[in-house]
Amino acid sequence: MVDPGDIWPWLSLALLGAFHGLNPAMGWLFAVALGLQERRLRAVVAALLPIAIGHAASIGLVAVAVGMLQLVVSRAALLLAGGVVLLAFAAYKVATRFRHRRWVGMRVGPRQLALWSFLMATAHGAGLMLVPVLVHLFGDDAGLTISGTGHASHTGVIGGSLELGMTAVAVHTAAMFLVMGLIAVTVYQVIGVEVLRRAWINLDLIWVSALALAGLVTLGLGLLAL
Amino acid sequence: MATWRPDPTFYPSPRSAMKAPPEELAFVVRINPNGDGRPDAICVVDVNPRSSSYGKVVGEVEMPYTGGELHHFGWNACSSMLCPNAPHPHVERRYLVVPDIRSSHITIIDTKPDPTQPKVAKVIEPEELFERAYYARPHTVHCGPDGIYISALGTPEGDGPGGIFILDHDSFDVLGRWEIDRGDQYLHYDFWWHLGYDTMITSEWGTPKMVENGVQGEALLAGQYGHRIHLWDLHRRRRLQALDLGSEHQMVLELRPAHDPTKAYGFVNSVVSLKDLSSAIWLWHRQNGSWAIQKVIEIPAEPAEEEQLPDILKPFKAVPPLVTDIDLSVDDRFLYVSCWGTGELRQYDVSDPFNPRLTSSVQIGGIVRRAGHPAHPAPLNGGPQMVEVSRDGRRVYFTNSLYLPWDAQFYPDGIRGWMVKLDVDPEGGMAFDPNFFLDFGDQRAHQVRLQGGDASTDSYCFP
Repeated sequence: MVDPGDIWPWLSLALLGAFHGLNPAMGWLFAVALGLQERRLRAVVAALLPIAIGHAASIGLVAVAVGMLQLVVSRAALLLAGGVVLLAFAAYKVATRFRHRRWVGMRVGPRQLALWSFLMATAHGAGLMLVPVLVHLFGDDAGLTISGTGHASHTGVIGGSLELGMTAVAVHTAAMFLVMGLIAVTVYQVIGVEVLRRAWINLDLIWVSALALAGLVTLGLGLLAL
Repeated sequence: MATWRPDPTFYPSPRSAMKAPPEELAFVVRINPNGDGRPDAICVVDVNPRSSSYGKVVGEVEMPYTGGELHHFGWNACSSMLCPNAPHPHVERRYLVVPDIRSSHITIIDTKPDPTQPKVAKVIEPEELFERAYYARPHTVHCGPDGIYISALGTPEGDGPGGIFILDHDSFDVLGRWEIDRGDQYLHYDFWWHLGYDTMITSEWGTPKMVENGVQGEALLAGQYGHRIHLWDLHRRRRLQALDLGSEHQMVLELRPAHDPTKAYGFVNSVVSLKDLSSAIWLWHRQNGSWAIQKVIEIPAEPAEEEQLPDILKPFKAVPPLVTDIDLSVDDRFLYVSCWGTGELRQYDVSDPFNPRLTSSVQIGGIVRRAGHPAHPAPLNGGPQMVEVSRDGRRVYFTNSLYLPWDAQFYPDGIRGWMVKLDVDPEGGMAFDPNFFLDFGDQRAHQVRLQGGDASTDSYCFP
C-alpha cells in the first residue's frame, strides 16, 4: 500500500505537468500550426515528442540543480533560497510583462522545436514551479517508497537522487505530453484554431500566480524546517 | 495592458478574419500642403452607414510638431500576436504608430478609451531614430510577432541604404537596425512577410535625396530608381535573393503577399516603364525552394494632347497610369489597383494568381480625365491612390494624394483632398457609395487604416 502522504508529491508533479501541457505557449499550439501548414495530422503528432523533450530538459535542469544543492546545503536553506528565487522570478515576469523573444521561425525541424520548447519552459520558469515538490521528494526518503517494497534501495546518495530526479521529470513530462497531445489533436481535428479567440485566457496571470504560490509554499516549508 | 482574453480583433487565420464585423471608424492621414504652420493630423472618419455622421470626420489628433509630412502608419499589435512561436495574445490593438516621412518623427497615438478622441501618447524624436538605427524618413509600419517593424527610406544624410528597424511593443523604444546581412540592397520602400515561410520581402523606391524634390528626370531616364525586390530570411535577418524586374521598370512599391500563410506568392506594382510609360503588376512565387517573379498585369498609358498635360509629361503626349498602390483582399481573391495618373481603380480576380482577370473598374479624378463622383460632379483631381479593403472584403476606401513633392509635378494646379468608398459584390464588381464623399478641402489625405484591422495590416500564422 502506498501511504497517501507519499502520493501527493507525485500527484503535484503530474498536475503541474498537465497545467504546463494546457498552456498554448508551451507547445500544443505550435504543433497545431505545423500540422495546418503541412495539412496533415502526422505533422502535429511529430511535433509533440521534440516539444516534450525540450520541456523535460528544462525541468531536468532544475531537478539536477535541486538534487545537487540538497547534498551540500540544509533542507531549510534550500527551501528558503528556492522560495526567494521563485518570488523574485514571479516579480521579474510581471515586471517584464511576460515578454520573450522569437527564438525560432515558423519553419522548424525537430531540433529547433526542442530548443524552442526548452527556452520557452525555461523563460516561463516551468521548472522553478516544481522546486517545492522536488525539495520535498529529495529531502524525504519516503519519496522512494512508492516502489511498493516499502524500502528504498540506495546504491548511493547521489545515485538515488539522480534516479528520483529522473523519475520526477518523467512523471511531470508524461502528464504534460498527454495533455498537450490531447489538446493539439483535438484542436487540429475537431475544434479548429478559431477557439483561440475565446478560449485563450491569459494563462500568464494564472502562471505567475502559480509561481508566486509555489514561492510562498517553499518559503513556508523552509521556515517550518528551520 | 494585459487583457484576460485575446484582443477581439485578433484572428488566428484570414478565413476567420473574413467573418469580422464591419468597421465603424477609419483613421486617415491628413496632410497640410500649405506650409502655414498647421500640423498634419490623423482624422477619425465615421464609416458606419447607420450613423448620422456617416462619411464625416468625427475626431482628429494633430501632430505635436510641424514641418513634416505624414504618409503611412500602422497598429502596434495585430493578429500575428497569436503566432505560436512567439505568442503575445493578451496585448491590445490600441496604439497607432505614425511615422513622418519628411521630419522623421514617430508619433504614438492612443485610440483608447474613446477612439473618436485619440491622444498623443509618445513622440519618438528624429534623433533617437538617427542614433539607435542610423535610419531616417520612416515609412511602412507592420505589427510583427516580436516587435513593431518600420521601414526607412535612407540615412539621416538622405542617402542609402534604406532598411528596417524595430520598435519595442511596450515601451516604443527604437531597438535598432533589423538587417544583419543586406547584401547589395541599397534602395528601400515597402516590406511585408510570409510568416509561414519565415520570409521577408522588401521593395525599392529611391533614397531620400532622389524623391524629396520630386521625380528626378535624369535619374529616371537612366533607370536609377528601384527595380528589384529582395527576399530575406525573416528569422536570421539575412538577404537570400534579389529579383530584378529589369531597369526599364522604375519604382517597385507596394508588396501584398498572400494572407494565407501556406501560400508562397504575392503581388507588387512597378510604377512606370521607360519603354511605354505603362505600369505593371508582378507576381513573386516560390519554386523548388527559391523565388521567381513574373509580370501578370500590364496597364498601358493613355494618349493625350500636350496642352492637357503637366510639364513633366508634355514630351510624352500620354498619361501614364502611375499605379502607386495595390491591395489584396484578406481571402486573397481580389486585387485592387490604383491608377493615380489615369484616375481609375481596378479590381482583378486573382484566384489564379498567374492569370488575373479584370472584373471591375471605376473612374474618378485623373490628370486628364478629371472624372466626378455621384455625390460630387466633375472635375475632380488627384486620382485613386492609397486603397484599403475591409476585412470582410465588402468595402473599399481610397484617397487621392500621393506625396507632396510628386503631387505638385503631376497635378500642378494643386490637389483637392477627398476620400471615397466603394461597395463590393462578393463575386466581383464594385460601385461608388453615393453617400460617401469626404471632402478634405485644401488639405490632402493619404493612408487609411480601419478600426480593428484591414487587408494591409494583419498577418496570420494559421491558414
